[in-house]
Amino acid sequence: MYQFNYHKPATLDEATALYKEADDPIYLSGGQTLIPTMKQRLAAPTDVIDLAGIDGLSGITVSGGVVQIGAFTRHAQVAESEAVRSAIPALADLAGQIGDGQVRNRGTMGGSVANSDPAADYPAAVVGLGATVHTDQRDIAGDDFFKDLFETALQPAEIITSIDFPVPTRAAYQKFPNPASRYAVVGVLIADFDGTIRVGVTGAGPCAFRACSIEDVLNENLDPDALDGVEVPDAGFNNDLHASAEYRAHLVKIMAKRAVVQLG
Amino acid sequence: MKISITVNGRQHDVDLPQTNALLVDVLREQLHLTGTHVGCDTSQCGACTVHLEGRAVKSCAILAVQVDGQAITTIEGIGTPDDLHPMQAAFRDCHALQCGFCTPGMIMSAIDLVQNSDSLDNRAVREGLEGNICRCTGYHNIVKAVLQAQESM
Amino acid sequence: MSEATGIGASVKRREDLRFITGSGTYTDDMNQPGQAYAVFLRSPYARAKIGAIDSSEAMAIEGVLAVYTGQDTAADGLGDIPCGWLVKSKDGSDMVAAPHPPLAVTQTNYVGEPYGIVIAESVAVAKQAAEAVTTEFTELNAVVDVASAAQSEQIHEGVVDNLAYDWELGEKAATEAALASAAHVTELDIINNRLIPNAIEPRAAIGCHDRVADHFTLYTTSQNPHLERLILSAFVKIAPEHKLRIVSPDVGGGFGSKIFVYAEETAVIWASKKVGRPVKWTAERGESFLADAHGRDHVTHAELGLDADGRFVALKVRTTANLGAYLSTFGAAVPTYLYGTLMAGQYKTPNIYVEVQGVYTNTAPVDAYRGAGRPEATYVVERLVETAARELGKDPTDLRRMNMIQPGDFPYETPVALVYDTGDYEASLDKALEHSDYQGIDARRVEARERGKRRGIGFACYIEACGLAPSQLAIQLGAGVGLYESGEVRMHPTGSVTVFTGSHSHGQGHETTFAQVVSTKLGVPFEDVEIVHGDTGRVEFGLGTYGSRSLAVGGSALVMASEKIIAKARIIAAHMMETEADNVTFADGVFSSSNQQVTIQEVAFAAYVPADYPEDLEPGLSEKAFYDPENFTYPAGTHVAEVEIDETTGVVELVNFVAVDDFGHIVNPMIVDGQVHGGVAQGVGQALLEHGIYDENGQLLTGSFMDYCMPRADDLPDFTVDTTVTPCTHNPLGVKGCGEAGAIGSPAAVMNAITDALGVKDISMPATSEKVWRALRRE
Repeated sequence: MYQFNYHKPATLDEATALYKEADDPIYLSGGQTLIPTMKQRLAAPTDVIDLAGIDGLSGITVSGGVVQIGAFTRHAQVAESEAVRSAIPALADLAGQIGDGQVRNRGTMGGSVANSDPAADYPAAVVGLGATVHTDQRDIAGDDFFKDLFETALQPAEIITSIDFPVPTRAAYQKFPNPASRYAVVGVLIADFDGTIRVGVTGAGPCAFRACSIEDVLNENLDPDALDGVEVPDAGFNNDLHASAEYRAHLVKIMAKRAVVQLG
Repeated sequence: MKISITVNGRQHDVDLPQTNALLVDVLREQLHLTGTHVGCDTSQCGACTVHLEGRAVKSCAILAVQVDGQAITTIEGIGTPDDLHPMQAAFRDCHALQCGFCTPGMIMSAIDLVQNSDSLDNRAVREGLEGNICRCTGYHNIVKAVLQAQESM
Repeated sequence: MSEATGIGASVKRREDLRFITGSGTYTDDMNQPGQAYAVFLRSPYARAKIGAIDSSEAMAIEGVLAVYTGQDTAADGLGDIPCGWLVKSKDGSDMVAAPHPPLAVTQTNYVGEPYGIVIAESVAVAKQAAEAVTTEFTELNAVVDVASAAQSEQIHEGVVDNLAYDWELGEKAATEAALASAAHVTELDIINNRLIPNAIEPRAAIGCHDRVADHFTLYTTSQNPHLERLILSAFVKIAPEHKLRIVSPDVGGGFGSKIFVYAEETAVIWASKKVGRPVKWTAERGESFLADAHGRDHVTHAELGLDADGRFVALKVRTTANLGAYLSTFGAAVPTYLYGTLMAGQYKTPNIYVEVQGVYTNTAPVDAYRGAGRPEATYVVERLVETAARELGKDPTDLRRMNMIQPGDFPYETPVALVYDTGDYEASLDKALEHSDYQGIDARRVEARERGKRRGIGFACYIEACGLAPSQLAIQLGAGVGLYESGEVRMHPTGSVTVFTGSHSHGQGHETTFAQVVSTKLGVPFEDVEIVHGDTGRVEFGLGTYGSRSLAVGGSALVMASEKIIAKARIIAAHMMETEADNVTFADGVFSSSNQQVTIQEVAFAAYVPADYPEDLEPGLSEKAFYDPENFTYPAGTHVAEVEIDETTGVVELVNFVAVDDFGHIVNPMIVDGQVHGGVAQGVGQALLEHGIYDENGQLLTGSFMDYCMPRADDLPDFTVDTTVTPCTHNPLGVKGCGEAGAIGSPAAVMNAITDALGVKDISMPATSEKVWRALRRE
């Protein structure tokens, strides 16, 4: 790992100020992606700004049909939260499938979402549930948040503080894990908001997206068999050692069907 | 840079050589707790698993500075040869280890898994250990050991 | 009641206490006073000319002690790293071994090949310095594909067609004639996928040099420290053997990959003298992926001829084996003498011909990985047999049964140079069928189909030859070393025993099983026997652990040494009891005459305090033995895999695995079961998950656990393991090797199950979900 300056600010303002002063800064949250990346010398920030010292970034509240999760909340806390499990069980399920046990004990939701890894799980929920991402500066709609491979709507220095997940009537998350890394080859979250269906997909493309063609069909007929005839175009899909774009497109459909079945 | 950590119940003031020191480096090189192993460089094998504030984490994916003021338990802190932790005893009893290299991390993960689960069956143990790789045992006896330890924990 | 500790008891392992408490001592846990740290300069290209290397900037960094390159090791007269087995081609010519300098001098031949070593006060500084070294490379076209390697650019000077050897075994003309007249011929094109061993402990080394005594000590992760010393001394010329000590402490798994003499360990011990400091190197996993020897990697065309009744009449196999960029320590032998010789399998196939072209490519050297040649052979034979049964509409177990060598046929000489001593193959098959409920498979298929799953069952009736032997024959066939093992049993004056073995444990449990053997033989308490291994400074000589040889060869040496102890003690006991040795019997640690008894401990005391002692007998009670087996041992068995395939995704789930193995007599059943579990997991990994993949430029695409899929707990089911027993006829314990069987039988069993479920002839390993999905879509 390359050398860097370490900072542990106590407030968001202090954190953003540090960020703006540094040459090539990066925020550190759970560190489960960042630290291995730095360890392999694939990232060389000059300044690491640890968000662990900022109060109020962690915690889960449910009110007014919204589950609000603090950005620093660890995956295991979400997975094990009774409040999340009773409001949006699919979200608890999703959090419980991220990485492995040790990663879930350490990794945070904000870190995962801000990184926009194409194979991360949370982005499927942000998109699929129509979440709102709160930052220190503004609110960003889930639909507008993920821009590209490791690219989000966040401006430099901007920090996610919490995410609001509207509570759907029902939802389900189905993941096809990469057998080696356990990241999602494809993950599909389907949410039913009083008969309106949203479908969030991760793993398949450069970043999470809504599968509109699937939504259209399911809005007509919420039946797994209704998806049989749907074409999921694989243009722009990830194509790598672990899955071709064509296979990923197929998996999107299969995971969507399974999620519909799971909706019950 | 100085940090203060509690390891296996003992408080240590550690002078970090550099801010980029990993927790596992401090444990192994500065505190000479070599039971925590490094088996990969992508934070996947789980050989470096320790407990941080009571939960299993990979000490190769945490900077030492991040745990300033916190409590860590390593394999050396859960039992002694004369007074083994039930998980350690079950690993020996079930022949759940061969070369022993992944074993400390495996045991630390298994303890967290049992402590934070209601009642584990074979499948749940297998899924719960996905963060630890063993190349020797084929996991058969590890699963057996965790299920056995669950009864006495 | 105290726990049973004799031969046959599942004694809990005594080594476990240190491992479960974190008190094991692996190489990286050790440090030497004043040690410096090494980082290697590695080739970023699969094939490149090395031009000017500028280390001036690196040397200017504070804390950097030295940067050495291949020029320096060459200038110091360091020899090449040799291949320990000379294979001859069909025409009688010697294989062409490309020179393998410890650090590349003029050209690098695989990505990650070391061409320099940076030594500094810390790993961090050494890494920084390594990045500051600039090297002018001229990249050359890489040869990566094994099948077309012979038609590609020549990698090494003097190695035409990149061919190390073109080897054959068996009768070509007779085999071809039998195939031509066969009623049916089953043909298969098979790929045996490249594997990366990935013991969880990465390789590590600390080289030390005592300037006053001019003596070297190398602490390292070796499966066979004496062999390493021999090679470093005789060939690489580090130092004479009496000036070189290799210590191999706790080693975290090997599976073959820690047998070999590698560049890094060699450079570290050499550099320790150059810098006058101990030098430590610990591989990062990424380095293990690039520079540990890989396994398998064959392309094969095979034909099995059958007569009208289904009897095998001929087997012809043509294999191209990827040897990687250089011949590793046993690299030449694995796809030849450990592969071609196994083609008879469990069957009475009368005509067999095998030809193997060993080719160089710009990839990491390929050498022994758990099973080493025998999984590849079993894969060929058992995939062919299963396919033939399907083509002929016969039950695959019936077809096997009618071709099996029968118990009355032993000793059985195969057409491919082996003489099987004993076995009862149908006994294993019967037991395996029972455990796997073969009768019920059709019902299970139907039930699975209702759940959208294809269920399939597959068999592998494997044989392996392990405990390589005997030395003279092996040396005639090209082995560079003997294949015996040494043992020393040192009984102390008070009757406790220290045992020294040249075998090495890196997970196998020698400290327990070998103590069971010696304590049983000598009739002393298990607790009174301690096993020492892994240190050339303490153990006289040895060939280490590979090829499932430890108990069959190393254990036999300890039996011989124990018998020598008893023979001498009997003379002393007779003297003590005032009778003749012939009148003295020995059982359970007690010597008895018609009217007296003395314990072996009392005899030991007398041997060291010889007050009243036989004339002409040396004092002391310590004996050595070298055991050179007269033949291999031939474990055999039946593995049965049952899979379910998800029709929508192609995901293969291994739902049941049965292994019934014949390992002869068993010293510690608990440990043997564990060996089978581990071997099966690696074999299943090969069949379903693992694949070392290079791109066309020779860059390793599967260079971390993110991309190279290691089996996890949730990839596997519980295994059903059982044994049958036909004791080995030629070693004193009647034991056969058990370390590799799991990895030998399982890939073929799993792939037979998958092809059964899919109804396809072949699918290549690993059977990833996408491959299987594509096969399903072709229906």
